Amino acid sequence: MQKIGVFVCWCGSNIAATVDVQAVSDALAKEPGVVFSTNYQYMCSQAGQDMIQEKIREFGLTGVVVCSCSPRMHETTFRKTCEKAGLNPYMVEIANIREQCSWIHKDKETGTEKAIILGRAAIAKVQLNAPLTAGQSPVVKRALVIGGGIAGIQTALDIADAGFPVDIVETKPTIGGKMTQIDKTFPTLDCAACILTPKMVDAAQNENINILSYSEVEAVKGFVGNFSVTIRRKARFVDETKCTGCGLCTEKCPQKKVPNEFNLGLDNRRAIYIPFAQAVPKVATIDPNYCTMLKTGKCGVCSKVCTAGAIDYQQKDELIEREYGAIVAATGFNPISMDKFDEFAYSQSPDVVTSLEFERLMNAAGPTGGTLLRPSDGTHPHTLVFVQCVGSRCDGGEKGKPYCSKICCMYTAKHAMLTREKYPDTDVYVFYIDVRTPGKNFDEFYRRAVEEYGVHYIKGMVGKVVPENGKLKVQASDLLGGQQLHIDADMVVLAAAIEPDKSARPLATMLTASMDTNDFFTEAHPKLRPVESPTAGVFLSGACQGPKDIPETVAQAGAAASKVIGLLVKDHLTCNPCVASSNEMMCNGCSACEKVCPYGAITYIDKDFRGPNRTTLRRRVAQVNPAVCQGCGACTVACPSGAMDLKGFSNAQIMAEVDAICK
Amino acid sequence: MQERVKAKAIELLESGVCDRVLGWKAGEFFYDVTPAVFTSREEIEKEFVFGPFCGANMSKYLIAESRKEGKKVGAFLKPCDTYSFQQLQKEHRIWRENVYAVGVQCEGMCDIEALKAAGIKGILGAEGSGDTLTVHTLYGDKSVERKAVLAERCACCKSKKLLGCDEIVGEQGEELESARFEQVAKLEAMTPDERFAFWRGELSRCIRCNACRNVCPACSCEKCVFDNPNSGIENKAASNSFEENLFHIIRAFHVAGRCTDCGECSRVCPQHIPLHLLNRKFIKDINELYGEYQAGADMDTRPPLMNFQMDDPEPSVVHERGSDQ
Repeated sequence: MQKIGVFVCWCGSNIAATVDVQAVSDALAKEPGVVFSTNYQYMCSQAGQDMIQEKIREFGLTGVVVCSCSPRMHETTFRKTCEKAGLNPYMVEIANIREQCSWIHKDKETGTEKAIILGRAAIAKVQLNAPLTAGQSPVVKRALVIGGGIAGIQTALDIADAGFPVDIVETKPTIGGKMTQIDKTFPTLDCAACILTPKMVDAAQNENINILSYSEVEAVKGFVGNFSVTIRRKARFVDETKCTGCGLCTEKCPQKKVPNEFNLGLDNRRAIYIPFAQAVPKVATIDPNYCTMLKTGKCGVCSKVCTAGAIDYQQKDELIEREYGAIVAATGFNPISMDKFDEFAYSQSPDVVTSLEFERLMNAAGPTGGTLLRPSDGTHPHTLVFVQCVGSRCDGGEKGKPYCSKICCMYTAKHAMLTREKYPDTDVYVFYIDVRTPGKNFDEFYRRAVEEYGVHYIKGMVGKVVPENGKLKVQASDLLGGQQLHIDADMVVLAAAIEPDKSARPLATMLTASMDTNDFFTEAHPKLRPVESPTAGVFLSGACQGPKDIPETVAQAGAAASKVIGLLVKDHLTCNPCVASSNEMMCNGCSACEKVCPYGAITYIDKDFRGPNRTTLRRRVAQVNPAVCQGCGACTVACPSGAMDLKGFSNAQIMAEVDAICK
Repeated sequence: MQERVKAKAIELLESGVCDRVLGWKAGEFFYDVTPAVFTSREEIEKEFVFGPFCGANMSKYLIAESRKEGKKVGAFLKPCDTYSFQQLQKEHRIWRENVYAVGVQCEGMCDIEALKAAGIKGILGAEGSGDTLTVHTLYGDKSVERKAVLAERCACCKSKKLLGCDEIVGEQGEELESARFEQVAKLEAMTPDERFAFWRGELSRCIRCNACRNVCPACSCEKCVFDNPNSGIENKAASNSFEENLFHIIRAFHVAGRCTDCGECSRVCPQHIPLHLLNRKFIKDINELYGEYQAGADMDTRPPLMNFQMDDPEPSVVHERGSDQ
């Protein structure tokens, strides 16, 4: 039998106003096992804590029940208090008589009765508490960053600067991500490549950073501090160590008709290619879908012209396995497909483009060399219509996305402003639902577009775009003017909503990290833990967590890096001792627990047990990795045999609480 | 069919694929056919039967048999047995590599009580395939329509499909449109008091012989919670006069989502309690709340109660629905 002390807190008048604290401490004094019961004004104050410690020593208490606020508030406080007095911290139970009682009851009588019941339940639980000791697990001092866009690069640079090795896994042949395709950045209008490429070079030169480009994460095992990751290095048919990036092969390759994804298909590249001049690593890659040599075995031009002898048509995908202490997801975003928005005639006219395509048409390294020309006939456009919220803020989510893509208002203002700056003879219309420009110097930027550059901002949506005689007939509503507008435009630019990259969903499954309905990674806490995934050791950087502009992405990337560094500096991690464990004698190996475990903490082993008459029985049994288990208890409910139990919240303890409440 | 099955059993032994075969042999009476392990041609020729009373589901025996040393165990499985067979593999209970599974097409198993109820006296035996059974009686042979004397579970057979077998004797069948939820719907239509009275009437006959638990393929725990004093369930089932009620209700909860509706629980109940109705209620609810799901129908889907999907109904929906009835 435990010797239990009960400490009822008034919380000033927070509890005492609607709960008769004296009656509660008197009633609980009569419970079995209770040797001391009292009440006090502020149990969390130094005086209150001193009293608890004094009574632990005086009565030799083996268990403590504090009737006070939510355990989210002061459970840690009271555990530490008791630990200092020599009691195991897990012998403390909190009865929440504030949030779950005094704050929701007006009548003192019912409040008091409920407080007594809650106290009784906590006492019943403490009776079955056992001292728990937290274990430790080692930390591999290396981080993995998945995605080599600006988010991944910044995270990797910050981690590397702290002295830890980092691997960047990027699925494309080069790092840099979406930012490489952008022309200018808002609100300062500096060139994206000019600020990004130095960072790419930094990453390439940093001794602590290892770039695995043209690679994908294949499998993830393990847990915080001890991940084991299988990475597929896709065959690029070029020896990275030999290729000098001279680009001769990309000029001589006879296969010229490959849509160039870097310019979003607005022009063509060769079957062997370097995505753009400042690519990192600057290594050629053969596209196996188009290479004549790989498809028919006849050609070999690139191999002949390569002076370095880097071409290797026999190259195979390679699987490498590495250990990491922390993983950062930085998988980024893509504009959504315009298939479902045919009212804007995207599929019918090449002069209807998305904003990202527009970036390429404005960019000096783009298909038009930086001169804005209509893709259809290469003429100079005079009237441009920008449509905002294409697929963003859609109700129902059938057609588009329910969320605001956040960056479109600003880049559309940027596009409109740049067009007017470069080509003052143009008429530029922007159709919007709302203009959302919070952010440092953002609203000033938008106002400049309207006031200084004379961009026509019209509140209302475009209903229909019809290509006719080389023009685009735009029908739109002007909500403030209360009229229908008909504009003969030369180009229409659609601010397509952004969505998480398709690789995010399978990656989340591998990482057992949670996602929301839109496939954005979920944070551990939307306000207080914004860069951590609920899965320990997995961190979030950039637009994979939600739509973000570049400054926000970089800020979040740095924040994720600081969390990773905080993890990697530790030699050992202290585990939460309130974890599940399986009783091997009862486990039948059915996998129910493994299926429901959201953290991948449960594995199975075949284990030999002694059977009757000196026989050996081999059985499949569950094993819980205490470093991964977060103590959610899903497995204890799923286990049909009752073999799974949660330390500190055992089935017996919970049943005892229920029984005490129902008494 | 009996001869083809016997021949296959002998072939499995003599070809060296298996060193033992799991099949049926006649018990004390011709209709209480029991599962048995055969190890020789002689035993098979003498004792092996396959006929209208071979209701026993062989899959559960494979948990222990597949773990034994030696060659593979041969097993004859009827369509509904193969659902349990697959479900037990999904739960990693059967070691598949040690089993040679032979699917046997089934025409529906008969219920001796139905034969008696049909007014046939002095029954000595029954056999035959197809729509008509020949019943041997003290007063000579009589023929009876199979449909009239089928066991309830076979009268509303859910599937004749043989799943996951190494080989098949007879024709492969199809999933059937079954009226198996009609009785459950009748129970749902009752008022709570009527339903309580119905189940009190049925469950109070329980003698806690544990036959239902022992035969159930889903009841394959190493140690049953009812045998475990630490589970906290033993004394729940024993409290007040509700002992038997809670035993069966707890058991139904334990097998929910894993029960393939093989109907063995009701077949073996010496008190003729329609225990399968509890399980069918769960299956019907799962189908309605989470979409059609047949336990054991495949090897890879995740059972709805062990899975989470964003469009799962909220607990409040389940709760409201429960309070409607």
